[in-house]
Amino acid sequence: MIPELGHYALMLALGLALIQGTMPLVGMRTNDAVLMNVASPVALAQFVFVALSFAALAECYVTSDFSVLNVYENSNSAMPLIYRFSSLWGNHEGSMMLWVFILVFFGALVAVFGTNLPTALKANALAVQAWIAAAFYLFILITSNPFVRIAEAPLQGRDLNPILQDPGLAFHPPMLYLGYVGFSISFSFAIAALLEGRIDAAWARWVRPWVLGAWMCLTVGIAGGSYWAYYELGWGGFWFWDPVENASLMPWLAGTALLHSAVVMEKRGALKVWTILLAIVAFSLSLIGTFLVRSGVLTSVHAFATDPTRGIFILAILVVFIGGALSLYAWRAPLLRQGGLFAPISREGALVFNNLFLTTACATVFVGTLYPLALEALTGAKISVGPPFFNATFGPLFIPLMAVMPFGPLMGWKRGDLLGAAQRLLAAAMLACIAIAAAYAIEHRGPVLAPFGVGIAVFVMAGAATDVAERTMILRVPLRAAVRRAMGLPRSAWGTAFAHFGIGVTLLGIVSVTAWGSERIAEIKSGDTLDIGHYRLSFDGLFNRAGPNYRDVVGRFTVRRAGGELVGAMEPSRRTFPARNMATTEAALLTRGVSQLYLSLGDPNPDGSVPVRLYFKPNVVMIWLGAVFMFVGGGLSLSDRRLRVGAPRPARAKAVLQPAE
Amino acid sequence: MKYLHAFALLITLACSSPAGAVQPDEMLPDPALEARARALSKDLRCMVCQNESIDDSEAPLAHDLRVLVRERLKAGDSDSQVMDFLVARYGEFVLLKPPLSWHTVALWGLPPALLLFGFGVVIVQNRRQNAAPEAPEPAALTATEEARIAELLRHDGAL
Repeated sequence: MIPELGHYALMLALGLALIQGTMPLVGMRTNDAVLMNVASPVALAQFVFVALSFAALAECYVTSDFSVLNVYENSNSAMPLIYRFSSLWGNHEGSMMLWVFILVFFGALVAVFGTNLPTALKANALAVQAWIAAAFYLFILITSNPFVRIAEAPLQGRDLNPILQDPGLAFHPPMLYLGYVGFSISFSFAIAALLEGRIDAAWARWVRPWVLGAWMCLTVGIAGGSYWAYYELGWGGFWFWDPVENASLMPWLAGTALLHSAVVMEKRGALKVWTILLAIVAFSLSLIGTFLVRSGVLTSVHAFATDPTRGIFILAILVVFIGGALSLYAWRAPLLRQGGLFAPISREGALVFNNLFLTTACATVFVGTLYPLALEALTGAKISVGPPFFNATFGPLFIPLMAVMPFGPLMGWKRGDLLGAAQRLLAAAMLACIAIAAAYAIEHRGPVLAPFGVGIAVFVMAGAATDVAERTMILRVPLRAAVRRAMGLPRSAWGTAFAHFGIGVTLLGIVSVTAWGSERIAEIKSGDTLDIGHYRLSFDGLFNRAGPNYRDVVGRFTVRRAGGELVGAMEPSRRTFPARNMATTEAALLTRGVSQLYLSLGDPNPDGSVPVRLYFKPNVVMIWLGAVFMFVGGGLSLSDRRLRVGAPRPARAKAVLQPAE
Repeated sequence: MKYLHAFALLITLACSSPAGAVQPDEMLPDPALEARARALSKDLRCMVCQNESIDDSEAPLAHDLRVLVRERLKAGDSDSQVMDFLVARYGEFVLLKPPLSWHTVALWGLPPALLLFGFGVVIVQNRRQNAAPEAPEPAALTATEEARIAELLRHDGAL
């Protein structure tokens, strides 16, 4: 009964989406406010029905209702509750349910919090949202129905893919989808603005919080996925330039560019046409990401051709939405007026520089990901485009971006003072030089250029600090006054500083690990020791351990410092899941400061020896710590008064009680 | 969406023994030679996997290729000779970094071309804008917007 209710609720949501997609547009044509105002309540109703549908599927998963095919194929009653729940989105059908659930969630947020939006803009944006939703409901109902039943319910499910049975995977897809789908809002607003033919600085102010929110979720989503891959896949890599990763990186790059160009549009009324294009591109890339991952086209062009129903359907969605949006853009954009003059050396100029490099980086990832597919489809030639290509092209694009980043916030609008900014960054530059010298002094191994990477990272971090120091005038005015200035600083300024600082932190982590990480691969027996860096690991032996739905063969290692001082124990394991007869590697991590020891086991040999891989990963935690800084920065910026006034604010009554500032 | 990476991995796992990438018994005793082998392995694709180098892959084919690379190195081949040997045997598909050729021009040329094009557009736009007179004032507010401003000002008091 419950799955049927869920199925039915989804169909009703489709009906509502069609209403929400047409009524407001008709309302706009006939200038009928009543019809336009239909959008908000319908968006809420749509959210309720999709939530019901999602809850129904969740109920099937949590209670292990194996009469539902999707549950049977992807779940197992022996799994802990959290994985029984998260296996909902560990498969195609369920993840599409999560996709639409988040889509209508955002739609409902616009309906509730968008009370200060112009009626037509809001109605049109919600109508566009509804069209996206309708397309995806149809996709789910026609090609990927998660509520299909099995006549004879099996007693036990097939289990979730063991690699996915991990806390990281319970949280990573929802965050990533919040980011992906969050860009649908800026997309809808862009289309709505194009339909209306009216775009001004206020548009950027309305859209920026949504972009910020989506960007924050995408940032932690990507970082979470990267950390999961790091500890779960067993060889300690944090980024593989896998097409699936690239699919999430592209919207992030476009979204980051959008975030920055929207600032220019909001403050100076410039870059309007470009910002609208970025808003379209960011969500288009999210859709393309969904397509790439969902259609099977990545595995090979042939896999796509053998079972093309889903692929063709998503391809049609892509063509309609991206093609439609870009056509509309091509038609309407020339009518938009550009505004805001600025000199090349100015805050705007710096942000244009940022956009230029970010979009080029994004295009590079796009071409690198799709080129092999296109080439094979066109000429039949098979080539591979892997990490070495991306490292060779992405790095040179990001280094100038990083080097220029600290200058941006120190420049004035309209006409900046490059020399002045450079003078103020002198301390940061000196710090960077000291870091380079220190890196050369400490590490003799590794690539010659690595210390320069450290230098740029330190420059970025110190540059972010310089921005705050300049604004608070710390060291120049008495401390008390500086603190008062710091409190009075707009939160968006803090947000910028935090996020930029985070970029530096991440870069430092990446450079350190890539250049100075060390690795030991060996076969060891009980009682053997392994040395790495300043640490010595002794192998105490193997033992067995049983989990709820798996068996572990655990290796026990004692970690000491070279001097003999005890540091801790590490217990990596080989985990076997009988339900699928699959094994995973559960690496052991020992965190020391921001560095980690990483240890993973191979399959034990008959003679009792075990192959192990031991890594020392200097500063590795910084890679993800930087993402946390970026997230916090985004949050600070989101809570800025300017945006609170301009955007989501539920309680209008509260405004009356606000003290005058 | 990282977990789909794992689905890709599933394909790999299906065709491989659950072992681990570079095995201790594959490694060469000479550290310099082994380091070269590792560096080369990172640029070579395991052809039955999705986007994995033979250095990372657990597939048996990757194992064979790792051994092959090391055999060639032991036989005294230079790095480029090893690569040429593998390309002759398996085609360009084996290289994770495609060499510049007529069918990869667009791939390698796009990033710099796009950057130059972008700079060009920015410069031209800037020139044109500076030549043009200051843009006219934005369109006048509609009556509803005026009312909205009045209401906001009333609620927020003096900003």
